[in-house]
Amino acid sequence: MNMKTIVEVKNLTKNFPVGAGFFTALSGVDLQFSEGEFAGLVGPSGSGKTTLLNIIGSLDIPSKGEVIVLQQSIGKLTAKQAANLRKHQLGFIFQSYNLLPVYTVFENVEFPLLLLNMSAEERKERVMETLKWVGLTDKVKSRPAQLSGGECQRVAIARAMVKRPVLVLADEPTANLDSKNSHNILQTMLKLNEEFKTSFIFATHDDKVIAYLKRIIRLEDGKVVSDEQVKPTNK
Amino acid sequence: MSTIMKLFKTALQSLIGNGLKTWLNVFVLSISFVMIILMQGLLQGWSKQAVEDAKKWEIADGQYWQEKYDPYDFFTIDSSTMVIPESFQQDIKNKKIEPILITQGTIYPDGHMQGVLLKGIRPDQQMLDLPTHFLTTKTEEIPVMIGAYMAKQTKLRMNDVLTLRWRDKNGTFEAADIRVVGIFKSTVPAVDAGVVWLPLDRLESMTLNEGCANILIKSPEVQVVSTDDWNYVSVDKLTESTLLMVKTKSIGTSVFYLIFLLLAMLAIFDTQTLSIFRRQKEIGTMVAMGMTQKQVVWHFTLEGSLNALLALVVGSIWGAPLFWYMSVKGYSFPMDAADFGIPMADTMYTMITPKLVIGTILFIFIVTAIVSYLPARKIAKMNPTDAIRGKVL
Repeated sequence: MNMKTIVEVKNLTKNFPVGAGFFTALSGVDLQFSEGEFAGLVGPSGSGKTTLLNIIGSLDIPSKGEVIVLQQSIGKLTAKQAANLRKHQLGFIFQSYNLLPVYTVFENVEFPLLLLNMSAEERKERVMETLKWVGLTDKVKSRPAQLSGGECQRVAIARAMVKRPVLVLADEPTANLDSKNSHNILQTMLKLNEEFKTSFIFATHDDKVIAYLKRIIRLEDGKVVSDEQVKPTNK
Repeated sequence: MSTIMKLFKTALQSLIGNGLKTWLNVFVLSISFVMIILMQGLLQGWSKQAVEDAKKWEIADGQYWQEKYDPYDFFTIDSSTMVIPESFQQDIKNKKIEPILITQGTIYPDGHMQGVLLKGIRPDQQMLDLPTHFLTTKTEEIPVMIGAYMAKQTKLRMNDVLTLRWRDKNGTFEAADIRVVGIFKSTVPAVDAGVVWLPLDRLESMTLNEGCANILIKSPEVQVVSTDDWNYVSVDKLTESTLLMVKTKSIGTSVFYLIFLLLAMLAIFDTQTLSIFRRQKEIGTMVAMGMTQKQVVWHFTLEGSLNALLALVVGSIWGAPLFWYMSVKGYSFPMDAADFGIPMADTMYTMITPKLVIGTILFIFIVTAIVSYLPARKIAKMNPTDAIRGKVL
């Protein structure tokens, strides 16, 4: 089946200024991601996984080369256009959950919808439906401090998924979780990927995550060293 | 829902989610609200009382001054004593105009010499609150009345007899005994401090100034007329210096509520500034979810400004009964107001006007918005990828 390309990375280089010189985090990276992928950027710390994820997520821009996400060239977007892309099409999941501590579970999940033109009734319906997917309907009024790590990450998944994004970018989503919670989280994400054809791109070096991936892209010192379709071993 | 309303909702949720810290800020800010309104209300009440009392006790609906008369220059008093023109006589007869004859004198209370202003007034006048009926007391000496402040300063009491010395219109010194037949309490220093009130006809004969006056007090029932040698001085002009004094007090008092306001602003600024460091991840996450930097600035500015809104609600809850009490029951000074020598009643009432309330609300909202905006602007400059990782600025 010929799937639609949603991300195109062309000869990407990313440099960060360090003192008088600069540090090259990514060098000559070429990649493509299609709709419905469940792919992972795998590699040790400092290999450029998070940097690539940030650029795809329009939180950063390329130094050289081009990154096209959903027909929009990241380097050419204005701040407002980049914010629009994130608001409508992209979801983020972070290693340390990054939930807004002063908000309840409901409010955290509702937050991305507040940025969209959606009625209160529609928002409520969508939030409750999403919380049902991740099994947290009984925690709507809890605050993040009252939740376990696994529950926090499930809230983060719900928050990323509530607006039905085309692409979810997950940076080390299981790093702070135990084995059981990691599997629960990954199974939830896999289920969402299969049900809604939402693409997931992970940055990880966790074997538990790798076992679920359908495509593994290995990065070393900012370069792609391998890119292979695999059969998930943990399905 | 508009973008502003969405931001308002997220800011309010965030503010309430901050719990105790929010309520502490809000309480301090509510003190500022209430103190500013209360202090300014008291001063406005004082202004109103000072003007009302001045009208009741001293100036009625304005005064005609003989053109040479200057209340701040004693040397003008003798030269400004003039025969009252015929055009005023009918109104004087009908008690619509009260003539006041003024001259300088010296009294000797308890063996000390003290310069005073002798003011002659008709004992049957009804235009002013001055209890001039005292001056009808039959006594061998010249009956006089003085104010409570003057009595305290000179240690004079009712029925004290003392010597008065004055000069007639020819400059001849005269002396006679006077008897204090009345001591009155007034909030208007001009009728009290350094003034000895006598019956007008007695003072006329003492100074050989029959049918003369220095000032004429006008009732509101008669129109202002222009007359040669006599200038009409309006209520506004006559109360100008009193209002200026209250205004000066108002500026002085501002220091107190500015301190309260400063404390509240410091608390908000501190909360907002600390937020930049403490809530970097939140900010980065908000940006990742699609908020523009401008929206982030709005979010935090609104969050800070909402402190003022909550403070307004909290301040209304505990301030409104206080304002009501102060405007109905007033604030009574523990000491005699006459001791201050300023036009101040024993009990002061607040006068809270919509202008004062709206002005204070606007002022606090603007100041709060500014101290919230300044740290929020710094947030806008933060790199979202650094913010997400919680990198210190």
